[in-house]
Amino acid sequence: MNTALRTPRVAGLGALALVLALAPLSFPNAYFYDVAVNALFNAIVCVGLNLLIGYGGQISLGHAGFFALGAYGSAILTTRFGLPPLAAMLASAAAVGLLAFAVGRPILRLKGHYLAMATLGIGIIIHIVLKTESWLTGGPDGMGVDPFRVAGLEVAGDRMWYWVAAALLLLAVWVALNLIDSPLGRALRAVHGSETGAEVVGVDTGRYKMLVFVVSAVFASLVGSLFAHKNGFITPDIGSFFRSIELVTMVVLGGMASTFGAVLGAFILTLLPQLLAAFEDYEAMVLGAIMMGTMIFMPKGLLPSLALLLARRKGGEARP
Amino acid sequence: MFAEFLQYILAGLTSGAIYALAGLGFAIIYNASHVINFAQGEFIMIGGMATSTLVAAGVPLPLAAVLAVLVTMAVGMALEKFAVEPARGAEVVTIIIITIGASIFLRGAAQIIWDKEFHSLPAFSGETPILVLGATLMPQSVWVVAVAMVIIAALWWFFNRTLFGKAMLAVSFNREAAQLMGIGVKKVLLVSFALSALLGAAGGIVMTPITFTNYEAGIMLGLKGFSAAVLGGLGNGMGAIVGGLTVGIAEALAAGYLSSAYKDAIAFVIILFVLFFMPSGLFGKKGTDRV
Repeated sequence: MNTALRTPRVAGLGALALVLALAPLSFPNAYFYDVAVNALFNAIVCVGLNLLIGYGGQISLGHAGFFALGAYGSAILTTRFGLPPLAAMLASAAAVGLLAFAVGRPILRLKGHYLAMATLGIGIIIHIVLKTESWLTGGPDGMGVDPFRVAGLEVAGDRMWYWVAAALLLLAVWVALNLIDSPLGRALRAVHGSETGAEVVGVDTGRYKMLVFVVSAVFASLVGSLFAHKNGFITPDIGSFFRSIELVTMVVLGGMASTFGAVLGAFILTLLPQLLAAFEDYEAMVLGAIMMGTMIFMPKGLLPSLALLLARRKGGEARP
Repeated sequence: MFAEFLQYILAGLTSGAIYALAGLGFAIIYNASHVINFAQGEFIMIGGMATSTLVAAGVPLPLAAVLAVLVTMAVGMALEKFAVEPARGAEVVTIIIITIGASIFLRGAAQIIWDKEFHSLPAFSGETPILVLGATLMPQSVWVVAVAMVIIAALWWFFNRTLFGKAMLAVSFNREAAQLMGIGVKKVLLVSFALSALLGAAGGIVMTPITFTNYEAGIMLGLKGFSAAVLGGLGNGMGAIVGGLTVGIAEALAAGYLSSAYKDAIAFVIILFVLFFMPSGLFGKKGTDRV
């Protein structure tokens, strides 16, 4: 039983590692590394967010706020207080985790649309604070960030960032898969199925929801910090409502409750604007149509729908 | 001192009336389908933009307004027919993404049909301010509040005095039972989107002379309308009106006395505060879960 459960997992991780290792061969130019790093960053955030949305059955329309707090935390602590980047990143993540814990207590009691509203509100408040407190954040014009240095080594250039981000994504996926396979994961699936039902059989639903909420916020914050160092410049718009929507869409588009689906969704939605650039003025319309179309025809998301299709085809072949 | 306070209250009532209309739009659709329509703000934008274009083309204002409302209602019904209806029974987050996708689509379309510029309308009855106890009131603000009041009264009549309105209420109470009683649930859904579009468009038309409008104007208005609806308790019409006015007045006071930069944040601060203590909003039904 145990090995049967683990084999597809290891296979999945191995396949992802292979894809990440071989992908650069297909990059036509250095610019592609930049896009790829953003895709990887988004994927890491989505792996965390998927724990909350896909497994916990909760909604967050404000996760870009946590991402932005991580980014600005790192930017401010390193440039204004001279902290080393790694320390700044961990301090920001700890602070974001605490914030998520503090707001999580009252808001995770909310259900459905009320939770959507509350998380949306938190995201928008963070965005407005970052835009307004220009003495600290540089306001809408943004602020510069130093490169990421650790133990005298500097992560520089898109190529190097690519390998760092790829390794971190594999680590994030591994952490997520283990969490899902633990008693926590089973409890979460019970919460997703029916919260009251889970409570009746003795699952401390509040605790588990809180845990994934904090974990997903910390994931977002850590990636935010890396993003700030990699880009060298950040503006408050990395925490906008639209960014939050984008993150949720990646998770749901790829496939809810599927870690690899979340990764796929992040890759597709990061690359999409590059492809849609050809549509110029029609870009927004096409993006909106794709969002609607996927959700209407594949409400479970790409990966689960594809898996279902494959399974059906196999089943069809088996029969004469 | 008092004049200043009154000035803020008047400004707050004006924007609050728009939020109330948007909030009612959310409530009507929510009641009929348990869907939160994130494209509600785009109805407001389309109403304003279409009227402004028609008036600029020489169509008299009342006719332009009616045409714009009809266009918006058609958009609303198309949204229901082609995007919401096919996704019936999907998870909350899936439907949220569909309606957000629709709002992005409509914004993109508006950007192509019109442009990125701000569009305006002349004030309906001049720009001579009315003096009220030392505060100045623009005639257009009177229009906004009056139109909102007329619409709210008409809605009350529709839901309480007409057979179809009562059928819509019945669907909101219990969909299956309503269907068994021979109520055409699909038609109710379609009408709920048309009605919400009407409310949004009307709000958009009367506010355009004050705030102007562009293709992105619907984003914040939609979110404020959602706040109004949640604040009052989802699906509660009276709640949406109280919620809208509360948000509008709080915003105006915050902009006047605290800081105008945080004006847009205040709605969300109130909402979080209320939800911390009342998880179903001010007048929301306390739901029980069936397992």
